[in-house]
Amino acid sequence: MKTKRIIRNLFLALLLVGVAGCATTGADGRDPMEGFNRAMYSFNDGFDTAIGKPVATAYRDTLPGPIRGWVRNFFANIADLWIGAHNLLQGKPADTVTDWARFAFNSTFGIFGLNDVASDMGLEKHDEDFGQTFGRWGVDDGAYVVWPFLGSSSVRDSVGLVFDIGLDPVLRHKPVGVRNAMTILRTTGKRADLLDASRILEEAALDKYVFQRDAYLQRRRNQVYDGNPPRAARERPLAEAAEPAPESRPVSELQPLLQPAVETPVARPPVVRPNAAAIEAAVRLLEQPASVAASTGG
Amino acid sequence: MFPMFVRFATVAAITAFFVASGARAQAQPEIQAPDLLVKNVTLEVVDIILKDKEIQKGDRKKVIALIEAKVLPHFNFQVMTSSAVGRNWDKASAEQKTRLIDEFKTLLVRTYASALASYSSQKFDFRPLRAKPTDTDVTVNVRILQSGSQPLTIDYDMEKRPGGWKVWDVRVGGISLVANYRTEFDNLIRETGVEGLIKALVAKNNSQGQPTVAGAQKK
Repeated sequence: MKTKRIIRNLFLALLLVGVAGCATTGADGRDPMEGFNRAMYSFNDGFDTAIGKPVATAYRDTLPGPIRGWVRNFFANIADLWIGAHNLLQGKPADTVTDWARFAFNSTFGIFGLNDVASDMGLEKHDEDFGQTFGRWGVDDGAYVVWPFLGSSSVRDSVGLVFDIGLDPVLRHKPVGVRNAMTILRTTGKRADLLDASRILEEAALDKYVFQRDAYLQRRRNQVYDGNPPRAARERPLAEAAEPAPESRPVSELQPLLQPAVETPVARPPVVRPNAAAIEAAVRLLEQPASVAASTGG
Repeated sequence: MFPMFVRFATVAAITAFFVASGARAQAQPEIQAPDLLVKNVTLEVVDIILKDKEIQKGDRKKVIALIEAKVLPHFNFQVMTSSAVGRNWDKASAEQKTRLIDEFKTLLVRTYASALASYSSQKFDFRPLRAKPTDTDVTVNVRILQSGSQPLTIDYDMEKRPGGWKVWDVRVGGISLVANYRTEFDNLIRETGVEGLIKALVAKNNSQGQPTVAGAQKK
């Protein structure tokens, strides 16, 4: 009981910090809560530096690779059950067959999922969750959100996360002691697997918050489309763009070019090659209103 | 009579073959296909890394030298930088553009060096190229296989240039490197101008592999 109250107060305190931070709202249309999010981000970053990273590093340095592999495979195997269900919900029954066959093989020949024998047999692992399923059904990301402890998310993915957590077989496991031990082990293992990635992030980013946010949004979009997002939505810089281009045409002049493609059911920015700035403008136009609408309801 | 004709025909055919192949080799200086290029460079670099004791021990300078020698020639940093800077590119002077390209190149090389340092003999899956022979703009897909997780995809966007195929964007797990820098660069230019962005890049590159400001204070 007491711990519950402490956690609730901690959340309230964090929310207050976040609301106070909201005064410095950024200009990015995908991130209307930037003040709150940055506050959460630095809280998470501090927590990670103090506890997450040291524990994960100790875990990685203490346990030999094969054992860490068992931990990873064990939880990945449990996850395959729901991943298969998601592929069914997303209209990809062939992938469902793969996922559930993986579970069957890995649980038996792989000894309770400790070994990923299915991958060696050519049954490829997938990665699905409720956020992706909603995305597949046409729900837009909505605003970017950073949650304490849970990290990067979006309005859509947060709703997905409620289902993910609520239906997580590990979190529903009884007795509670075993459940807690498994949860800690799983989280530690996941963080340990990300140690290299987080080091690279530190190396690459000028502003870690912005870098991570953009990476998250790009990655989720890629996941929703299973690695094949509509290509035109990416800006395609060409060599010509680097050279002094002739006067760039205003976006309005592009309208006739854009028209036919926009009328097709999958309305995504079409591939036009005039110049990078015009394409970027078009992409922004198509991206922003949707995400703002989804987050604020109008 | 007949065998002699056969012999003559054979000699003629062989001669013709050599002449023809010689001529073709001359007319078309060999440009390596983009998927082969990616595969060869990747395997070569990985092979060197796995064999080199000093790199294994974490010799950063050596990794960077390796990248500069083997990988850099296949990247078009001008296009990468200009598209990362995006709409502000025209605001930069010619001299600023050169410095931007240089600093961005350094940053990417260092990041790439970190990524390579964490390589530990994972298996590659080089996907067959899906493009027409006449295409001049292709995406080469490579996947890194790892047990217990979904394969990690690395997509190289490449363009055919006179000197061979050049990479102008790398997408790791669907995250485009160029697109990911665009917002950061945009913010910095809006707040501090082109000169401010260059300064930020120089400061980042001079921080000797130390993390960003917040992390650096701790050390």
